[in-house]
Amino acid sequence: MIQFRMPSLGADMDAGTLVEWYRKPGDQVSHGDIIALVETQKGAIEIEVFNDGTLDRIEVEPGHKVPVGTVLATIREPGEAASTALEPAAAAAPAPEVAPPTAPRPRPTAAPPPPAERVEGRAKVTPVARRRAAEAGIDLAAVAAGPDGVVGLAEVEAARRAAPETGAPAAAPRRIGIDLGEMRKAIAAAMSRSHRDIPHYWVSQTIDVTPLFDWLEAENARRPVASRLLYAAPLAKAMALALKETPQLNGHFVDDAFVPAGAVHLGVATALRGGGLVAPALHEVDTLSLDAVMAGLGDMIPRARSGRLRSSELTDATATLSNLGEGTSDAIMPLIYPPQVAIIGCGAAALRPWVADGVLAVRRVITVTVAGDHRVSDGRSASRFLTRLDALLQAPEAL
Amino acid sequence: MSGTRRITYREAVREALREALTRDDRVFLMGEDVGAYGGAYACSLGLLDEFGDDRIRNTPLAESGFTGAGIGAALGGMRPIVEIMTINFSLLALDQIVNNAATIRHMSGGQFSVPLVIRMATGAGRQLAAQHSHSLEGWFAHVPGLRVVAPATVADARGMLWTALQDPDPVVIMEHATLYNEEGDVPEDEDLAVDLDRAAIRRAGDAATIVTYSANLKKALAATDELAGEGIECEIIDLRSLRPLDDQTIMTSIAKTHRAVIVDEGWRSGSLAAEISARIQEQAFYELDAPVERVCSVEVPIPYPQHLEQAAIPQPHAIAAAVRKTLRR
Amino acid sequence: MSEADDRVHLTHEHALHLLREMTRIRRFEEKCAELYSGSKIRGFLHLYIGEEANAVGVMQALTEEDAVVATYREHGHALARGLPMNEVMAEMFGKASGSSGGRGGSMHIFSARHRFYGGNAIVAGGLPLAVGLALADKMQGRDRVTCCFFGEGAAAEGEFHEAMNLAALWKLPVLFVCENNLYAMGTALARSESNTDIRAHAAVFGMESEIVDGMDVVAVEAAARRAVHAVRRGEGPRFLETRTYRFRAHSMFDPDLYRPKEEVEEWRKKGPIVRFTDWILGTRLVHPDHVAALENEIAEEIGAAVAFAEEAPWEPVEELTRDVTTPRGAEVTA
Repeated sequence: MIQFRMPSLGADMDAGTLVEWYRKPGDQVSHGDIIALVETQKGAIEIEVFNDGTLDRIEVEPGHKVPVGTVLATIREPGEAASTALEPAAAAAPAPEVAPPTAPRPRPTAAPPPPAERVEGRAKVTPVARRRAAEAGIDLAAVAAGPDGVVGLAEVEAARRAAPETGAPAAAPRRIGIDLGEMRKAIAAAMSRSHRDIPHYWVSQTIDVTPLFDWLEAENARRPVASRLLYAAPLAKAMALALKETPQLNGHFVDDAFVPAGAVHLGVATALRGGGLVAPALHEVDTLSLDAVMAGLGDMIPRARSGRLRSSELTDATATLSNLGEGTSDAIMPLIYPPQVAIIGCGAAALRPWVADGVLAVRRVITVTVAGDHRVSDGRSASRFLTRLDALLQAPEAL
Repeated sequence: MSGTRRITYREAVREALREALTRDDRVFLMGEDVGAYGGAYACSLGLLDEFGDDRIRNTPLAESGFTGAGIGAALGGMRPIVEIMTINFSLLALDQIVNNAATIRHMSGGQFSVPLVIRMATGAGRQLAAQHSHSLEGWFAHVPGLRVVAPATVADARGMLWTALQDPDPVVIMEHATLYNEEGDVPEDEDLAVDLDRAAIRRAGDAATIVTYSANLKKALAATDELAGEGIECEIIDLRSLRPLDDQTIMTSIAKTHRAVIVDEGWRSGSLAAEISARIQEQAFYELDAPVERVCSVEVPIPYPQHLEQAAIPQPHAIAAAVRKTLRR
Repeated sequence: MSEADDRVHLTHEHALHLLREMTRIRRFEEKCAELYSGSKIRGFLHLYIGEEANAVGVMQALTEEDAVVATYREHGHALARGLPMNEVMAEMFGKASGSSGGRGGSMHIFSARHRFYGGNAIVAGGLPLAVGLALADKMQGRDRVTCCFFGEGAAAEGEFHEAMNLAALWKLPVLFVCENNLYAMGTALARSESNTDIRAHAAVFGMESEIVDGMDVVAVEAAARRAVHAVRRGEGPRFLETRTYRFRAHSMFDPDLYRPKEEVEEWRKKGPIVRFTDWILGTRLVHPDHVAALENEIAEEIGAAVAFAEEAPWEPVEELTRDVTTPRGAEVTA
């Protein structure tokens, strides 16, 4: 019997509220299936299962907040007999790894909401809700879905009622979704820990990105509007390639030891409207085509803003990119998001006097700053990374 | 408006036949056992004595032959009413209905119309098993050149026949066999004609639109009674005309409710319900707040045992559940 | 009507009329085959060549008030019934000036003013219609006959038996004319009927019947007059089997593999036009100059019909859905 536990979705998560089960006892589950929805400080997150088997019994009913590590359900491995115990299995189950539940095992409460269809990819917005939102100037990304994962007329109307005076896009009252106050607390905890525990160093380099912008302009001119590339895509790809060659910056520091990561799952720091920040991971960026990176960002960022990320996206990042992109700030000195060991900050791309081949010219440049964890690497690693990144960005067509 | 009186659906059909035979001497009734037997469902009981065997014309068991004869008689200036005992038997006459009645106006470049009325009993619910219980209304509704109507109420059964006889083209009237014993009110008025072009709103509400026809109207009403107890007020549309469909009434209602449940005793695949669902998607997509739900018959020939028969066809609880689903409850 | 009406009065004028009608059909269809090859006519084209004596002979016995229901091999019936050749040719072209407005084509020629009820491309599909037309006449006390043509292949269909039974049961004024050309498409009669005596089916329903040489226009006319007269007298339906043969294949796209060439040649020698021409010339009822003049007139008529069809307008595609149902408020025909 496999214990399916409240996952740790980040260093700053200590508990989560089970919102909904997508599967019921007796259902087959496979590695990668999304089987539950958990509300965290960072929003509602869909939880994957990492085993094959049959959902045996549900231990935590919707509506209950339990610590990370609490057994949420048991999963029968293929060939294993169903549990026949009539008594709650909590007493017999091994203690949770992180912290024991502080509350008694919840009694079954009112019937849980009916299992909803799996929500993935594009948000489920009903046609009339979409139309009404457009008419009312409501940003659908800021409207929380109902318990079934659907944004319907009711949710849009609620959002509209919530901000009637200004007429400005308004966030809906949240049953689930992003609670910005909670999120600020979580960021505070994580960054305090980072600042306290990680001996940071910072290394910066200014890179000429004129070739990248020229190439993007030419490339986009020949593409249909729908498949045009944004600057962030080649930047993320180049970083992933450079990280792949600088393993000391790519991985996690756990239990007083560095665990390098095989793949590059690049966390993309995403500012949320109204404040707050999440950095969901785009997986294996070093292996993706530019189009795939673009598609991945296009899918993930809106979901991040509407609070519908998957658990793996919140836990898997091996390094983080924080790009100020369209702002005007020259440089950023970021703090590492534990347990990662590096974060790369990019200032805005700006026109600056630049000497190339002994001649002064006006070029578009960015200042890239690597924050590294001195327990794992030194400034030389960061410098090597930046040199490699510079080289990659000079030949964008090869990305 | 004068008062109403209460009669059965069967009596309504019989009164309508009597009225038509009395008002228009071109009208005659033709079919299997419509004479001395009084009709398989007793709709023409007593009419033989009143109108004689020329106009209450008993036929041999030859659906294609007598339906074709009805077409010919219509071409020859009569206003025949052909009764086909059940919709399953109408398959023996499909050649005449589809290849002649529906096409002659077109093939002749508009020179000949076929003012024929065909009545047939349809539907399940009487444990008559797989050759007397089907709902194939959708097949007929597929065919251009035909008009297909389904009286769901006693008043419509009373009024639709005369309206159908005024139509210059072939009209097929679908009478669900479980309705014949139903009682209902009909107006005392002289003129009972029913507008065949418009669907009827049988119950007003704003939570969801239930689109149905024929005997399933009863079940839809039962479902809405149940739902009303939960504070859910549904609108019910009785299509009345299955071809042409009154799209406007359907779409107007959905613009109000944003949800649709279609109840159709036909099998789901390729059903009338499928057609209506497609039209809603085409014409009211941006009004929808939930996927269109369908409550249709299970895809099995209608079985004989009562519990299986009832399990095969739409039921009020399934309709109520479909409504709740559109409301995400 | 007197018994005299049953007999054919073969005057010079009548002989020339019969020859003209048969020759019109023959030359019209020969032209159609040519136009088909030139893609002016499309779809199926079933030629009546060889069988002209049947339509021409039977039509002599009908009045304008009577009704005709025909098959998909009905060009001959339409022309013999009096439909203008221009309209029939335009229909073959699918033009708006065609007898059915172009909507029907070769297999669906209709004409309300000639009480010509098609052109039915379902084998035996027209028989129940004929029964109904006759039923309407009988119920309304009209002295009219409905003449229904079909091939011997129809005898295998259920509708044939249903319709024959109804007509006999209700003693309806129908003349059933079975043009027995021995092949239902490519299937010889003996391969499709357990009893190759088609007339026996009529006997089952107690219907009077007669067999006639369908290659002899005078014999057909005489038999048709006898039958129509009986029907009009109220004696109920009659059944006439004409023994005939089509010289050409079933349709244009038929290699004619199912019958020996020698058989076709044997029948050609008995061809209705050659035989009748020889006879009326031999008896000096008609002079060869008349025959030559008649051919010239027909050639002119056909030339004019082709020109009419060529020049006739196509129906605008905007009118595609016209004539599916009757416009509201329109008068009902019939």
